[in-house]
Amino acid sequence: MATTFVLNGESETLDADPDMPLLWAIRELAGLPGTKFGCGMALCGACTVQVEGAATRSCVLPLSAVAGRSVTTIEGLKSREARAVQSAWIELQVPQCGYCQSGQIVSAASLLEKNPAPSDADINSAMSGNICRCAAYVRIRAAIHAAAHALKA
Amino acid sequence: MTHALATSHRSSRRRFLKGAGQVTLAALTIGFEWGASGRRALALADAVKTAPFAPNAFLRIGADGGVTVIAKHVEMGQGAYTGIATVVAEELDADWSRVRVESAPADAKRYANLAFGTIQATGGSSAMANSWMQLREAGAKARAMLLTAASQQWGVPVSSLTVEQGVVLERSGRRKAAFGTLVARAAALPVPTTVTLKDPKDFKLIGHEAPRVDVPSKCDGSAQFALDVQLPGMLVAVLERPPRFGATLLSFDAAATSAVPGVVKVVQVPAGVAVIAKSFWAAKKGRDALKVQWDETHAEKRSSADLMSEYRRIAEQPALSARKEGDVQRALGAAAHRLSASFEFPYLAHAPMEPLDAVVRLSADHCEIWAGDQFQTIDQANAARAAGLAPDQVAINTLYAGGSFGRRANPGSDYITQAVSIAKAYGAEGTPIKLQWTREDDIRGGLYRPMYFHKLEAALSAAGELVGWRHVIVGQSIMAGTPFAAMIKNDVDPTSVEGAATLPYAIPNLSVELATTHVGVPVLWWRVVGSSHTIFAVESFIDEAAHAAGQDPYQFRRKLLEHQPRMRGVLDLAAEKAGWSAGPLPAGRGRGIAVAEAFNTFVAQVAEVSVDSSGVVTVERVVCAVDCGTPINPDIIKAQMEGGIGFGLGAALYGAITLKDGRVEQSNFNGYRVLRINEMPAVEVHIVPSSEAPTGVGEPGVAPVGPALANALFAATGQRRYVFPLNKA
Repeated sequence: MATTFVLNGESETLDADPDMPLLWAIRELAGLPGTKFGCGMALCGACTVQVEGAATRSCVLPLSAVAGRSVTTIEGLKSREARAVQSAWIELQVPQCGYCQSGQIVSAASLLEKNPAPSDADINSAMSGNICRCAAYVRIRAAIHAAAHALKA
Repeated sequence: MTHALATSHRSSRRRFLKGAGQVTLAALTIGFEWGASGRRALALADAVKTAPFAPNAFLRIGADGGVTVIAKHVEMGQGAYTGIATVVAEELDADWSRVRVESAPADAKRYANLAFGTIQATGGSSAMANSWMQLREAGAKARAMLLTAASQQWGVPVSSLTVEQGVVLERSGRRKAAFGTLVARAAALPVPTTVTLKDPKDFKLIGHEAPRVDVPSKCDGSAQFALDVQLPGMLVAVLERPPRFGATLLSFDAAATSAVPGVVKVVQVPAGVAVIAKSFWAAKKGRDALKVQWDETHAEKRSSADLMSEYRRIAEQPALSARKEGDVQRALGAAAHRLSASFEFPYLAHAPMEPLDAVVRLSADHCEIWAGDQFQTIDQANAARAAGLAPDQVAINTLYAGGSFGRRANPGSDYITQAVSIAKAYGAEGTPIKLQWTREDDIRGGLYRPMYFHKLEAALSAAGELVGWRHVIVGQSIMAGTPFAAMIKNDVDPTSVEGAATLPYAIPNLSVELATTHVGVPVLWWRVVGSSHTIFAVESFIDEAAHAAGQDPYQFRRKLLEHQPRMRGVLDLAAEKAGWSAGPLPAGRGRGIAVAEAFNTFVAQVAEVSVDSSGVVTVERVVCAVDCGTPINPDIIKAQMEGGIGFGLGAALYGAITLKDGRVEQSNFNGYRVLRINEMPAVEVHIVPSSEAPTGVGEPGVAPVGPALANALFAATGQRRYVFPLNKA
């Protein structure tokens, strides 16, 4: 069954089992491998994308659920906030193995798009769904604050 | 010198870049970038021999002046690629912005881990320690050849020349030549047999904070993991394995599976039944529909609780000696004060973020593998055996590994051989097949950090001196039954007792004993290996002894470390930076200290916790001091300490794989809980200046954090805990 939606700003039609999770549709069918598979149960956040601007776990969202909606992956992040997050991630050398970082960055960008000056508690609540087994959490937190600071300037 | 730039992450990095002649963010976009199609992966094996100037196995320089460093170690987050490139680029005087890193092909001759002998492998925090001199020489020899090339070109003596950032220049300033313009001439020169290495005071990269080569691609989704390999016509396999360790396949019914659209084939392999499909989702749905009968006659059916009560009984029986000094029985008998405690540690899964996966393309006479491979030549040999080929018919492309923590360093190459055997059962006709584990496959896949029981006894004299120490360890051997078994001496697996048998404290009467158990649960090294449990027990119990002696736990340790200057060095530094002597904390707060040596790196940590009125524990802060010899990249050292602390805290607080009648009770991150950002303390890392040879930092930071936390909890609550994790899921 074909599902039509907006993927990174462009119309995309994917012909797949409608219950195929969005994660596998964008990875294997749309050819965008930046979004990662970590748990398949929305427990780790590695698969985070934006659906209509909101951070969403793509590993449990059926492809059919995004029909007519707008999906943004790590490859398509373009907002000012997302750029600030990516710059801060490089500046503070956040990634270690890097596997979870697409999800972390999408979650962090989504946070800053809604809340330009998040507190530590705001960061905890927005980011605690994103596991990093390398535990690069000290730098993830610092980089979100740094990005918020840069956006204010 | 090594700390000249180390103030904070931000300022030091800006200053580093300035010093390197780069001030823009664009300068950071260097290094290791996979082509979108993975074409580079295919070309890897040929890369070295087609280079214009490749004086040795570790680097080549192109006519464009770009320097490619060949990494024999996997990059799994620990910073190996950057460390390796830093050492080569330092001796070469390369321009850091023109340095990129490529993974080496599997080849024990050129790329053996010198700490392990004749295998190419990454582990034991040895990447920098084993290759330090090898890489320095590789860079220095290439530099010497470029100098000779320039001296011949210009007809001037080598002594009139120098190298700066990828350019050979006359000291007079008259002429200069970029590396790229010299490679053709340099390539025709003989490789010098000896070379003078730099004086460390002249280091420009080592000890400074070169930005990681892998970071830019890990911030935009372009970094390539095995998960991301897409080859024309590639199929995806998912493997159904038995529900209990040691069970074997009886029969299966694939009728419903074969009816799932996209499923191509269902095959039996030694590890179970594989569903091969056109997509992951079809393979997964196909597996869900599979009906399998298992023969569980020889399967492990005990529960964790059964095993632990057995271990408790075993601890009371005579065990093998791992270290013996003086007469511990007499010391215990004569003690003015005698204390004892026992500790219980569960099985732990590594749970790297990337569920294990590998792509295999197998034909009648060749096997090519793409994986975040950690044990290249062991995996090559195991893959060859599974394929029915010779090892030199197996090529391995090592990609970025999405974490490992030891899991990929497995002597049986489980996920690799599974992928190969699936490709073989499919027909071995060249179709690329990706084996993709799910998180459930990972959590239930075995090869855990073993479960252990520790029993400790200590004797204190009337003056409060620690005069006797007996430590009995009960648990499975990691090395037994593997090619590493040769390292087992007198039936004592060194990985079971490291950290305990190497006790650094000066105690006149000492006995460390081991009872090795036999359980049908496959086990493996887990980040920091033996010290993940031995240091936990030792550092908790020494703390208890200090309190029993009425002494400050820091000072008590300090006295016993009189002849251990590096151990004492980190202990003092951590205590000082944490404000250990600043006086008591408010009610409900506590500080705990612990120190460890692991893989020749010394780490001390002070944890500060708060416990609220309902008993909720918050780890507020961890102060860490580390001595890893010459710090190659202080920022990566800090990152590894920060990450090691988070990894160790997660295990101490929540980590447990438990068995119920032989079945693993956990299956995903809900049951197997790991640390999340809201649970991460503030971390402060202090690096001891040193000119000793560098040692590793990937693992040692994990060792002290559990006992530092446990000791802090005691300080806060007056209660000691002996069964881990602290919170049962």
